Amino acid sequence: MDIPTSDIHKMSVEEFDTKKLLINAARQRDRRKLEDVLIVDVDCHHYENESLRDIIQYIEDPVIKQTGLLYSGSGTGAQTPLLPGVVGYQDVSGRVMRYPLRKLEQTPADGTHRDVHLSLKWMDAMGVDYVSMFPTPMLLLGLHPQPEIEVAMSRAYNRWLVEQILPQNERITSMLYLPFNDPEAAYRMVEEFGDRKGVVGFSVVSTRYKPVYDNAYMKTYRLMEEMGKPLAFHASYNWNDPLLGATNRFLVTHAMGFTIYNAMHCANWVINGLPERFPGLKVVWIESGLAWVPWLMQRLDNDYRMRSSEAPSLKKLPSEYMQDMYYSSQPMEVPNDLDVLEMTFKMIKAETQLCWCSDYPHWDMDLPSVIYDLPFLDETAKRNILGENARKLFDLDVSGRFPDYTPPGGGA
Amino acid sequence: MAKEIFVAKSDDLPDGERKIVPNGNSEIGVYRVRGRLFAYQNLCAHQGGPACEGLLMAKVEEVIAEDKTYQGMRFNHDEMHIVCPWHGWEYDLESGVMVADPTFRLRKYDVVEKEDGIYVLA
Ligand code: FES
Repeated sequence: MDIPTSDIHKMSVEEFDTKKLLINAARQRDRRKLEDVLIVDVDCHHYENESLRDIIQYIEDPVIKQTGLLYSGSGTGAQTPLLPGVVGYQDVSGRVMRYPLRKLEQTPADGTHRDVHLSLKWMDAMGVDYVSMFPTPMLLLGLHPQPEIEVAMSRAYNRWLVEQILPQNERITSMLYLPFNDPEAAYRMVEEFGDRKGVVGFSVVSTRYKPVYDNAYMKTYRLMEEMGKPLAFHASYNWNDPLLGATNRFLVTHAMGFTIYNAMHCANWVINGLPERFPGLKVVWIESGLAWVPWLMQRLDNDYRMRSSEAPSLKKLPSEYMQDMYYSSQPMEVPNDLDVLEMTFKMIKAETQLCWCSDYPHWDMDLPSVIYDLPFLDETAKRNILGENARKLFDLDVSGRFPDYTPPGGGA
Repeated sequence: MAKEIFVAKSDDLPDGERKIVPNGNSEIGVYRVRGRLFAYQNLCAHQGGPACEGLLMAKVEEVIAEDKTYQGMRFNHDEMHIVCPWHGWEYDLESGVMVADPTFRLRKYDVVEKEDGIYVLA
């Protein structure tokens, strides 16, 4: 296929192979002996829209199913009404070439799903042992104007994932999508899927306008706390948001969009005292990078000292609650002055609270080396962040990859 | 003493094309653009991606009018960029310097064209 470029230098590509694209990642893996390190990726993705027809088969509502089938077939020329459309060009207009080329990649027709084949390819190249896999277009499903579509699609996706995909390989797990716009449906989702194999937690895509402190969610938080399943807030963006609508470059839309929703939910979570109500519920903030955390900690602490009457449930500073939470690393902001990053790690208690993730195959993915090469981390901290923190968070059985696994530093 | 690595016969690297040749445990990307040859290690200064396997794109510029109003964007074909396919870091084809932050650069190699073909000095 031809990738249009700026001029005569149109690029013609005949084949695409993740393994070849990631040869340098495999070289990094070998040079750093990452095969000996437990690496758990708490946030990677697949393209569930490529399996939309199969997923729609799991929709129970006959009317929504018929609509979905019609638009997922060929010939209508229309985008499916089951997923909200997206404005944006994450691939930097084709410069991040794996986006336009992914359809060229061949996978064996051996009964194993294409998404499993593709995931294992990049995981092996990077030296990743286990992943928590998220969808891609569904990250905008919370913006669908019809809550019943969010429920129908997410339930169908979760069933398809749990029945068809996760059983195919124990290295692939998931934090299942919660249809947060319908609190009762979200509760039922946790009830129904919480104990299913490969389900390591639940996730809320944070790009939405429902407040986390709504009483309607309390029973769901309590259920997750009882089950010992973490709750992740996964960032996304919405260029149609009135605030982000004032941005005209995707760079800004992304830099702001992927942080502000998580920052808003995190602030609400802390100031409403939810950590006091659910002290055993592990909360994870995914794909907002790390730089927002020190910013929000300082803002909230400063205001809380002046206005503690508005947050009467708190028994310590907001930043101290935030230090009990978990953070995924990607896209990790790497300043030229690494002292800044070192201070960020200190503020979030990275050694126990930070979990590396790749976000692969998305455009701003990170390799394990972003953590492994940091000069201010010792070997135990590196291993905690790359795998051990997530192993504990997910209560993950890693014996399939490491039969004699012992936690780094000899800890329990 | 630099070793010479054979890249291609002259006709096999026409203008606007690129060839990637192995060099130990890495590769070197060799470009011929507007009659000139350039060679860089196929290793991005960001996270180590295969920078030379990406697109070659003209620099994008903003068109700002006399009255400072924004009038759109255009390609400047006099400044070509090597774009790393992993995340899109862009490097100036002539110098190998990263265009967004000149503290980073691609490793540059000398290239020579002889009667029997093109060689990189590595
Ligand atoms: S590795 Fe080249 S842009 Fe990131």
